[in-house]
Amino acid sequence: MSAVASSSAPRRHSSGASATNLRRPNDKYEAVIGLEVHIQLLTKSKAYSSDSTEYGAVPNTNVSVISLGHPGVLPKINTKMVEYGVRLGIACNCVIREENEYARKNYFYADMPKGYQISQHKTPICEGGYIEIKDKAGNSKNIELTRIHMEEDSGKSIHDQDPFNSLIDLNRAGVPLLEMVTEPIIETSEEAYQFLTEVRKLVRYLEICDGNMEEGSMRCDANISIREKGASEMGEKVEVKNMNSIRNVQRALEYEITRQIKALDSNEKIDQETRTFDAATGKTIVMRTKEMANDYRYFPEPDLPIVIVDEEYVKSIRESMPALPNELYKKYTSELGLSDYDATVITDSKAIALYFEELIGKTSKVKAAVNWIMGPVKSYLNENAKEISEFKVTTEVLAALIELIENGTISHSVATQKIFPLLIEGSDKSPMEIATENNWIKESDVGSINEFVKQAIAKYPDKVAEYKGGKVGLIGLFMGEVMKLSKGKADPKIASELVKKSLEESK
Amino acid sequence: MNNSIHEIRAKIQKGESSCIELTKSYLQKIEENKHLNTFLEVFSEEALENAARIDKKIIGGNAGKLAGLILGLKDNICYKGHKISASSKILEGFESLYSATVVERLIAEDTIIIGRLNCDEFAMGSSNENSAYGEVLNPVDNSKVPGGSSGGAAAAVKAGLCHAALGTDTGGSVRQPASHCGVVGLKPTYGRVSRYGAIAYASSFDQIGPITNNIEDMALIMEVIAGSDEYDSTCSSQDVPNYRKELQLTGVKKIGYIKDCLENPGLDAEIKSRLEVIIKELRLQGHEVVPVDFPYTDFLVPAYYVLTTAEASSNLARYDGIHYGYRSDQTDSWESVYFKSRSEGFGKEVKRRIMLGTYVLSAGYFDAYYAKAQKVRRIFRDKTNEILNTHDFILLPTTPNTAPELGENTKDPIAMYLEDIFTVQAPLTGLPAISLPIGEHTNGMPFGIQLMGRRFSETALFAFSNEMMQNFGDN
Repeated sequence: MSAVASSSAPRRHSSGASATNLRRPNDKYEAVIGLEVHIQLLTKSKAYSSDSTEYGAVPNTNVSVISLGHPGVLPKINTKMVEYGVRLGIACNCVIREENEYARKNYFYADMPKGYQISQHKTPICEGGYIEIKDKAGNSKNIELTRIHMEEDSGKSIHDQDPFNSLIDLNRAGVPLLEMVTEPIIETSEEAYQFLTEVRKLVRYLEICDGNMEEGSMRCDANISIREKGASEMGEKVEVKNMNSIRNVQRALEYEITRQIKALDSNEKIDQETRTFDAATGKTIVMRTKEMANDYRYFPEPDLPIVIVDEEYVKSIRESMPALPNELYKKYTSELGLSDYDATVITDSKAIALYFEELIGKTSKVKAAVNWIMGPVKSYLNENAKEISEFKVTTEVLAALIELIENGTISHSVATQKIFPLLIEGSDKSPMEIATENNWIKESDVGSINEFVKQAIAKYPDKVAEYKGGKVGLIGLFMGEVMKLSKGKADPKIASELVKKSLEESK
Repeated sequence: MNNSIHEIRAKIQKGESSCIELTKSYLQKIEENKHLNTFLEVFSEEALENAARIDKKIIGGNAGKLAGLILGLKDNICYKGHKISASSKILEGFESLYSATVVERLIAEDTIIIGRLNCDEFAMGSSNENSAYGEVLNPVDNSKVPGGSSGGAAAAVKAGLCHAALGTDTGGSVRQPASHCGVVGLKPTYGRVSRYGAIAYASSFDQIGPITNNIEDMALIMEVIAGSDEYDSTCSSQDVPNYRKELQLTGVKKIGYIKDCLENPGLDAEIKSRLEVIIKELRLQGHEVVPVDFPYTDFLVPAYYVLTTAEASSNLARYDGIHYGYRSDQTDSWESVYFKSRSEGFGKEVKRRIMLGTYVLSAGYFDAYYAKAQKVRRIFRDKTNEILNTHDFILLPTTPNTAPELGENTKDPIAMYLEDIFTVQAPLTGLPAISLPIGEHTNGMPFGIQLMGRRFSETALFAFSNEMMQNFGDN
């Protein structure tokens, strides 16, 4: 196990050649990209009714007359949706709106039973703000947000289960969403990738969304246009939909940038249209043209009062917010002296970051703690495809183990190779108890180590001769034998000195 | 039959009457007056069963506040397990899975619901001629319309086919038919009564309101149905007063009447002179009755139709042929399910209003129509509230004319819309208004006089209405 070495392992992204990794379209053109991200909220009930939001329930069971849009029903606001909107807004440094009005977005769709979606139009709960991304070279850029607003999800139309009919499942109808809209300032598919990765990390930290694009709990539409470099006017905008992973957003954008540049180069007109991404071919195809675009006829939702989000409320949410990945990253790199790589890996997952936070609250040996997380702990989790939530070694126990190594009670190799596996298996004994029971306390008694040294030297008389002949590297062989004989307990420093001394003396 | 609920209850307690007896007599009268076409469905058996049950409760002394009340529901108020159509073909066969909040509250107080009442389709109309289930006749004169949209409700109460009814009022749909039929009709303050379970026409206007023969019943029913509801976020949490106990008038009132309304050239001369007599009499009784300026009467009806049709175009989007109700069998694509189901399922007036509402909300026209009408609505509200800051009530006619002949206005929607001129001010401003049957025309038809009050001033409005009824009513 390479174990503790990884903090000094090669950086994932080296500087130099890959610093120009952001793939610019080409010298002549530039892309202008804006993203719309739909974030499905982890509330227990729907946006405007008390129906359950549980995923995977039998179709059309998480419904009521309200989410079915029956005659005479009225919506009522789930305040959790507002709270989650405020959380995300605070995390993105947005301006939070005090008077929130809801609006109806009118259009017909089979899986939208009311014939309109209750959304926000002129008064989104959050405006402005930004999310910081880093490119592969470590350069950071703020992706500015236009707005974040609250709305409800539609149901699902299922076209492939019945040969004659489309089926409708309204379990998802009315599940709360936040829609985040960026300014059109994303320039490359790589930036889009980094941005979505950050958004996903953020919503997971905030515990407002599971961030799962494959299951559709986070969805992204992209608006993209191409123009000549330095041009002040925007090119015709194309909207791309149906990309069910962050990687596919990147692929779709790459395809679209290439397609549009090719079209411009051959003097073809780019049409303002909506396209859909086909993950199998990696291509985008036309879904609807501008002429087919809906006029949503927004107007204020008369069934819902204006929701007031006052300063005091925002303050109370702010105070209850968990630590955010960028805050932890800054703390680790500037206060604790972690490398960019270590800090990035640790903050990548909220659960690991929280484990690390707890661990360094219990041991002052930060460097050792980082090495344990980056080494044995992560290796174990990766090899066994486990989450840290399933990891049996508590931070108290791991901290105790680290202390035993640091104060010289046990050797590092005993800790990683002998005690740690027992702890992972769920031993209820303390590391000290395990070490004592198994007689793994480090041997620092010169007399007994000397016994092992003598035995080792006696075992390889020819190697002793070679050593004397100048092959000083052979000391490793004798050390290995001593450690083996002592079952790893011999203090390596003492053993090494005794081996050297014996070899010199037998000259 | 014109006893109050309280008097009926006393009779039952004395053994002089019973819910069963009353229910049977109403069922018989309904049968005898089938030609009026007021009821779309009569819940005969169920009503009789409930009557028997409630009789026992009355004798046992544990009956609810409204035991003895036999009530009809306008067919746009949901009652669990019962059909509801809003008098539209598009809800053909549809049965409600839940009860409106008002229905739950009425039943909890032992009201007997006897049936569902005809109305204009989706409450859009002023004559009840827009019903997919046929026109309703005015019980006073069968050649006349009963008014609308709660025409069936007003006609049924007038004809004695039920003791009282619940209607909905968006632009006068309770007060106008009450005026045409000669009964009492109330549009409560917006937010006084939960709208949950009332099929929406224009959400920021709609209010459920009772139709009764007297103010005492009105007060009692309002005590039961008013008040906050967790299912209606626009419903006020303000306490509901004990309306019935506070019906005694408290002193001299200051009443304004809008000059432009009285001088309106469309106002029938007899209705005008009746109002003038009432004004004179009220002054003689010591009240201060003064003319007030409200210079916007010409803009009321246009603003009303822009805003209500806008909301209606969205509220009626759910009737799409996909989820429930009528679906055309002439469809060949999912789009044609919408087009054909809606084209065939909705009546002409409903389609006209959906088209109008869609137009005023559409890109390019929104500011000119919807946004402007919203601004105008605020001006109406501010000005009306300003008047009411210094006056207790505003007195005005309910309708410019008595009930027209059947078919008289159906060819001219604008003429029909203008009939709403005196009733739209209250829902545009959210204020309560009541129509009192204290006018009778030489043509033999009744007409109402309207009182509009301050927000949540129903107590004062009922007390003053009670005095008006005693002084100007025919009993």
